[in-house]
Amino acid sequence: MMEAMLSGVGLLSLAIWVPIVAGVLILMTGGDDNREGQRTLALVGAILGFLVTLPLWAGFDIGHARMQFEELAPWVPAFNVQYHLGVDGISMPFVILNSLTTVLVVLAGWQVIQARVGQYMAAFLIQSGLLNGVFAALDGVLFYVFFEAMLIPLYLIIGMWGGPNRIYAAIKFFLYTLLGSLLMLVAVVYLFFQSGASFEILAWHRVPLGMTAQVLLFVAFFFAFAVKVPMWPVHTWLPDAHVEAPTGGSVVLAAITLKVGAYGFLRFILPIVPDAAHELTWLMVTLSLIAVVYIGLVALVQNDMKKLIAYSSIAHMGFVTLGFFLYNPLGIEGGLIQMISHGFVSAALFLCIGIMYDRVHSRQIADYGGVVNSMPRFAAFFMLFSMANAGLPGTSGFVGEFMVVLGAMQENFWWAFFAATSLITGAAYSLWMYKRVVFGKVAHAQVAGMPDLDSREFLVLLLLALLVLGMGLYPAPLTEVMHASVNNLLDHAAQSKLVY
Amino acid sequence: MDMKTLYLIVPLAPLAGALVAGLFGRVIGRTGAHTVTILGVLIAFAASVLVFQDVQAGNTFNGPVYTWLTAGDLSMEVGFLIDRLTVLMMLVVSFVSLCVHVYTIGYMRDDPGYQRFFSYISLFTFSMLMLVMSNNFLQLFFGWEAVGLVSYLLIGFWYTRESAIYANLKAFMVNRVGDFGFLLGIGLVLAHTGSLDYEQVFQAAPGLANEEISLFEGHAWPLLAVICILLFVGAMGKSAQFPLHVWLPDSMEGPTPISALIHAATMVTAGIFMVARMSPLFELSDFALSFVMVIGAITALFMGFLGVIQNDIKRVVAYSTLSQLGYMTVALGASAYSVAIFHLMTHAFFKALLFLAAGSVIIGMHHDQDIRNMGGLRKYMPITWITALIGSLALIGTPFLSGFYSKDSILEAVHFSNLPGSGITWLAVTAGVFVTAFYSFRMYFLVFHGKERFRNAHASHGHEGEEVSHGHHSEPRESPWVVTLPLILLAIPSLVIGYLLIEPLLYGNWFGHAIRVETASHPAMTDMAQAFHGAAAMGMHALTTLPFWLTLAGVASAWYLYMVNPALPQKIRRRFNILYLVLEKKYGCDDFNDWFFAGGARLLGGRLWRWGDVLVIDGAMVNGSARLVGALAGMVRHLQSGFIYHYAFAMLVGVLLLAAWFVG
Repeated sequence: MMEAMLSGVGLLSLAIWVPIVAGVLILMTGGDDNREGQRTLALVGAILGFLVTLPLWAGFDIGHARMQFEELAPWVPAFNVQYHLGVDGISMPFVILNSLTTVLVVLAGWQVIQARVGQYMAAFLIQSGLLNGVFAALDGVLFYVFFEAMLIPLYLIIGMWGGPNRIYAAIKFFLYTLLGSLLMLVAVVYLFFQSGASFEILAWHRVPLGMTAQVLLFVAFFFAFAVKVPMWPVHTWLPDAHVEAPTGGSVVLAAITLKVGAYGFLRFILPIVPDAAHELTWLMVTLSLIAVVYIGLVALVQNDMKKLIAYSSIAHMGFVTLGFFLYNPLGIEGGLIQMISHGFVSAALFLCIGIMYDRVHSRQIADYGGVVNSMPRFAAFFMLFSMANAGLPGTSGFVGEFMVVLGAMQENFWWAFFAATSLITGAAYSLWMYKRVVFGKVAHAQVAGMPDLDSREFLVLLLLALLVLGMGLYPAPLTEVMHASVNNLLDHAAQSKLVY
Repeated sequence: MDMKTLYLIVPLAPLAGALVAGLFGRVIGRTGAHTVTILGVLIAFAASVLVFQDVQAGNTFNGPVYTWLTAGDLSMEVGFLIDRLTVLMMLVVSFVSLCVHVYTIGYMRDDPGYQRFFSYISLFTFSMLMLVMSNNFLQLFFGWEAVGLVSYLLIGFWYTRESAIYANLKAFMVNRVGDFGFLLGIGLVLAHTGSLDYEQVFQAAPGLANEEISLFEGHAWPLLAVICILLFVGAMGKSAQFPLHVWLPDSMEGPTPISALIHAATMVTAGIFMVARMSPLFELSDFALSFVMVIGAITALFMGFLGVIQNDIKRVVAYSTLSQLGYMTVALGASAYSVAIFHLMTHAFFKALLFLAAGSVIIGMHHDQDIRNMGGLRKYMPITWITALIGSLALIGTPFLSGFYSKDSILEAVHFSNLPGSGITWLAVTAGVFVTAFYSFRMYFLVFHGKERFRNAHASHGHEGEEVSHGHHSEPRESPWVVTLPLILLAIPSLVIGYLLIEPLLYGNWFGHAIRVETASHPAMTDMAQAFHGAAAMGMHALTTLPFWLTLAGVASAWYLYMVNPALPQKIRRRFNILYLVLEKKYGCDDFNDWFFAGGARLLGGRLWRWGDVLVIDGAMVNGSARLVGALAGMVRHLQSGFIYHYAFAMLVGVLLLAAWFVG
């Protein structure tokens, strides 16, 4: 029935515009006098936004690699710009992940946010729609617009509801990412001319390009996406942004925004400039491994829990970029799985830290100790997510890392060696933090008074826990969705586009 | 019911018990928790017996349960391989687990985490069964890490104790170092055979025998040696072989039932089992086998020495476990896989017995674990005394008891081995026989015989965090039946199982295809078979051989030093103070790890952060460019004078330049 209802408007358009419209509606309801109504409206909008993405999964045909649920309408005919949407096995899971995360974020901010509730909720909903746009856009300009626009709500979220140093963090975040994307704009325009006046991303996949042009395009796209991932050494905005962002901001940032950068590598760099990508594989692999090893060690010495998880995010994203540049199915699918898993695990960890922060108003590890004594149910969830962060088999955190390490071994022993060190460093920073925060005797008076999870927090963590375990025990459905598209991508990336 | 359902029931019954006790512990209460978990393990044991009968009738099974994921041409599955090696492990695991479950009712009676504890040990049983029943490397790694997780949770069971949460983190980290090697080994297996399935890997293995891998420029190593050693690194972590042994003594911070189940009988033997399972790979690399044997020899002898100076009753047994794991490893290195598994089994019974007896003593001593405070307990705890004596006699290799048959077979296998390093290994394990007898009976005499020192020793209690709810200064009493029944159940196999099973297990080709030995190049087992004339003859013959006399000498010296002339050990300690210090410091392994690895990683992380991220990237590059932009803006600002004619002039110049460029 649902599908019949929606057949008039495309599912992807609904995934983009339902949350945005809900966000705008919330903004129109006025100030904090209407808090309760705004929250309810936000939850309804988020849930609706999530529900409209479910048919994407149910109706997805895993048998081929072509775009599905396509929508095409002229937008700026003079420049051949089109409102062209569609998803394949690579992008579809992220639309669902993003819409689901939005529901969690709305729930997570339910009581914590008491000032400018409407604007807060609206920012997340609008961002959710824009992020869906990024993953669904098949037109270069459309992609660019969504890609840039999604920065604005996040910038506001950090800048308005953030911590004491939020202005520095917000501006650092904005400039870092803006600088990267300006170069991408140049690349988009260049490709428009090279492809005979087309902004079709899929058409760009077939454009022949010389090596110099490919390398320059690679550099332009690389900066745009590497900053978002973030790859070493353009990662330093992330810890600051996380530390200052409110919990919901951190969740979206970690769960979805970082994925946009990695997604760009697959949608743009590998298929559009395959020869340059092959040529620069050594660089990508090196940067990824530095992220895994160096950042893993840096995470170990952090005293601020959010900073620690932020650094661990960078290390985990190192697996993603490493996997992509292995050019084998294990690597690319492992990278994609790692992206989704990291979405669940880091979101859960930031929520856990947020839950403690709401009670004690500190993110410093030293201010805790013995939390298990006052919050046993919380401690159990936190243990599960810490273990997932350490890549324990049976949790989603294991799947991607395992696949990428196995994929790396097929190319080079030492790549696998350095990647696998995360088995040790990941456990070290996750469990050492857990030990200092949760285990032990109650170390501070404020810890003794921490109430255990309320039912709303419990529900959110339970949902994430089920996702983490489900994906860890039975990831096959996810990889099956990806197979056709990943194989197609690999074929594409293996064909030279050089013109002489 | 078809067999596949039965196989599924074996691991799933304990899992169900664990989930019910863990998630609904508060609802079902204490009795509910132990009933449901014991029922789960009992079902697993009963199903294992049925599977055993089926396998004994000649049936085996190798097939998938479900496809975990697919990528490219690769399909990773969860599946079972049921053969004689598997079913033996299933029986040992479920039987010891059952005994420990029952015992726990008594041992943890007053603990507030009662339900949680039962949930954990049932979860452990599930994980361990999945590990041994696996037919592929993926599931092996799953079980491998899952038992590590439960071990972590159980060592830190008393989570408010600083020493416990230090020990569990240490255990997890050291195991992760082992798993790091293990994962790389699995990666190489996949990269070179294209499969993670045991059967396919074993079929492809002979084809790799002559392949080489070049990890460093200009050095080519035999591929299979690299693979086997990497896999063995995993075993070194899990089975606590030098230098990854450091976590096992500290794991004694956990409650005693899990020391028996996890850190003696089952989990720590996972590495031994894994190497035996991988025998088709290890058989193809003499270098790897030599490596395995020497590591085992080092562990067997040097960990035994450490047992001599321990005063905590559980730590004595822990070092004894380390040493015995070394013996098993030695057997693997000598290509005597069946002997290693045989010793694994006998050891599971008598070591679980010793640990549970130690736990019974600890209950009797109101949670005092220092053997210097005990003495004369045989009068007060007769069942514990007799069963502990049986366990100790089995451990030191008294002829006709179970430990004798397995350990003597290891000595023989090393004797017959022709690999490099077997000579020195033989010396080490033979010397180890004396050491084992000495520390075992030092403990036995100090606990059960001599003066009753507990009467004036209660002032100095070591373990304040432990649940102490009885009144002090009362005499030790025999433990309740839930504690003593498992002791008796374990004492029976400790006595007789070696005598009964040595012939079929070692010389009757009972394992069949589950264990593969290249008899042409590794003839130890065939040579031993020729020298073997039945279990009784072996026992009789042993009375005339060196190991027996070393055992006797060990017991006699312990008796003399601790019963007849108790002042002497102090004198010896003063005389050989340096030696004592080396042992006291455990050869410095812990200090070195703390300083080099833990400290080094923190130092390196701190440096990378402060110098790399904060100073160079943020300081120089990010904020530096921000400052540069600011400075440039400052200069450019001077151009904005605010006078219209300045701007007009500038525009004019610009237009002229543009025009000139277009025209030209």
